[in-house]
Order: sequence, then structure tokens, then C-alpha cells
Amino acid sequence: MQTISVIDAVAMIPDGATVMVGGFMGVGTPERIIDELVRQGKRNLTVIANDTALPGRGIGKLVDAKLVGHTIASHIGLNPETQRQMIAGQMKVDLVPQGTLIERIRAGGYGLGGVLTPTGVGTVVEEGKQRIESNGKTYLVEAALHADFALIGAFLADYLGNLSYALTARNFNPVIAMAASTTIVAAEHIVPIGLIAPDHVVTPAPLVDYLVANG
Amino acid sequence: MLVNLGIGIPTMVANFIPRDMKIFFQSENGLIGTGPIPEEGMAHPLLTDAGGRPVTALPGACTFDSAMSFGLIRGGHVDVTVLGALQVGANGQLANWMIPGKMVPGMGGAMDLVTGAKRVIIAMQHTAKGKPKVVNTCSLPLTSVRPIDLLVSEMAVIAFPDGKAMLMERAPGVSVEQIVAATEAKLLLADKIPEMQL
Repeated sequence: MQTISVIDAVAMIPDGATVMVGGFMGVGTPERIIDELVRQGKRNLTVIANDTALPGRGIGKLVDAKLVGHTIASHIGLNPETQRQMIAGQMKVDLVPQGTLIERIRAGGYGLGGVLTPTGVGTVVEEGKQRIESNGKTYLVEAALHADFALIGAFLADYLGNLSYALTARNFNPVIAMAASTTIVAAEHIVPIGLIAPDHVVTPAPLVDYLVANG
Repeated sequence: MLVNLGIGIPTMVANFIPRDMKIFFQSENGLIGTGPIPEEGMAHPLLTDAGGRPVTALPGACTFDSAMSFGLIRGGHVDVTVLGALQVGANGQLANWMIPGKMVPGMGGAMDLVTGAKRVIIAMQHTAKGKPKVVNTCSLPLTSVRPIDLLVSEMAVIAFPDGKAMLMERAPGVSVEQIVAATEAKLLLADKIPEMQL
């Protein structure tokens, strides 16, 4: 794990990168990294996240700045700007059931090719997918997802990069931390080693490549 | 009992739970033990419901990531979900997530909830702009092929045993004929159709 300035962290992310972003309606999203992505104007990003938050908040800021070319999410209903860009053909949007989305990400991080889920069988979600019968039940084959970068919003990070999360800000964060080539973390508090007890570490330090320094 | 409430009318269910009933409410963004909206000035920015609105956590609450949250839902660990509906078919199939060409918000957690919860209850207005919402066959995209268990509206309680719509109860002052007239789907009539106990 390396500590890094937010400027240098975002400079590593090229135009056209695929980024997984933690957060649920912006809660748990690393706003400092998002703000710097907007400032550096990284274009044509593919964003994999639960939702696109609201205009002016979290991923919504990337949408406002027209930096997102493709969104893979479960819900965009609370961000009218995402819907506008989708309808205008400026942004491709893939809508995925939330439980399927998180499992596809988990599969990507856990070394699996995908998952079998009953969710979506017989609905529009099934289009183009393989069906499998197992133990008398019907499942869809849902492929694993990977990203170039995972952008994590943690509550505590110790000097090694062990992470813990607060309340409902955990959501996608620990799952995406395993599914990207490079994991970048912004934490609300950076604390001494040992302050997060072993039983309370949710994301182990070896998963974290870069910790964004304070300031 | 673990219960997940959708937004809108279903959210109001929490206000009518008998005191002696032990219920845990789940927010699918990663919380069991969801409590009421916090008092003015007491909101925590990292404690919200699935719509991003501030909530509280009751004593004994716990938090977890989205993989566990949807493992609970899809894995059959949620006893009851109460959701809204755009349409319910005569066979109990539900459409509640999009209107092609008009409203494409995304399904969020709805497909997983209807597929995985042990019991699916719909709480909704019986009609939309005077048009029946309980229809012969859903014309809108389905949320799941799994039929719902119970539908409660301001007019009626309808159950779906064996994939058939059966009128069980009527709202005070509402006749069976009025319900049938406001319903496109053919309703089987239970032997007795008492008024709802409110």
C-alpha cells in the first residue's frame, strides 16, 4: 500500500477507464476522489455502481460533468440527469438487479466466472442470457464483472491500509475492493495501526493499493 | 421476523405494527433494525434508508455489505416484503419497475425481493387514474415470474392461491360489486367476504 495525494491518485486513471465506485445514493462514495475526477476532466468513463446518486452528489457529479459514457447500475431513478443523457443517447446505461450486480462484482473479485441466480428469470433481464436448471430450479448465468479501478469510501483506514466502514456507508465498498486491478481508498479518518482491531477489519490491507492522504 | 418495506404506501406499514410483535426491518442498503426518521438535527450522514433519506438504528441493529443484504433477500431469509405495484396480473404476477418509454428508473432491489422473499405483499391504490391495476395479464415488464401472495388496496384484500386471484375482504362500505367493477382480472369470490378489520 502506498499513500498518495488525491491529485496523483486520479492522474493514474486514464480516459475511458472502467471504475467501480462505492456508495449507495452517495452514502459511502469517496467524494474527494470524485471531485478530483471532475477537476481533471476524465472522460468516457465506464462506471459500475449501485446507482448514480443525485445531481451534485457522488457519482451524480461525474454525470453532471458528462464524464460517464457507460453506466452499469441497478437504479438511476433519483437522478434525472442520468435519465436525460440516456434518453438523448449520450450515455449507455445497463440496468441490473441490485442483488445480481453485487454478486457479479463479488464473483469478479472472488475468482469466479459468474453466478447462477433465479432473479430475472422470465423477465426482460433474461434476454441474451443462458438458463441453467439445477436441483429442479431455474437460474440465469450472470457473468463476473471486473474494473480497472475501485474507488472506495472507508470510515477508518490504518497506516497499513486495513479498512472499516460506518453504518450504511459500507454497501458496495468491501465487495468492489476485491474486483478491480487497482484499489484506491479515501477514508474519513486515517488512524494508527492497531486502532482497528483484527475482528473489526472489513477490508484487509493487502487489497488496498493506494490510500489517499489527508489534506 | 425480518421484513423489507418498499417506498411509498408500503413504508407506512411500519406505523401500524402491534407493540408485542417482534419485527426487524431491513433496509437493503445494509441495515437490519431500521428505526424511524431521526429528530431534527439528529441525522447521521452515514445512516440512511435505501432512498438515501436519514433513518435511525434501533438497539440491536446491525449493518452489513450489499452482498449479504441481497443474500438475505434472495436466500429466503426475509420473511415478508411489502411493495408497491404498477400492475398485478390475475395469476399474481407483478409489474412494478418500469413503464417503457416513460419511466425507466431501474429495478433496484425489486426483482430480488419478489424472487426471494418468503411472502410478497402488495400495498397499493386499487386503480390508477380510474384504470384497474389488477389486470388479466400484465402489459408492463414483469418484476418476477413468481406470483405475489397477497394484495391490499383501499378497496380490497386479494389473495393468490394457486395463481388465481381470490377476493378475501372488502374495505368498510365497499361492496363486492364495486371491487369487481374496479378490477379487470376475474376474481374468484371467497365463501364469505367480510369487511376489513381496521
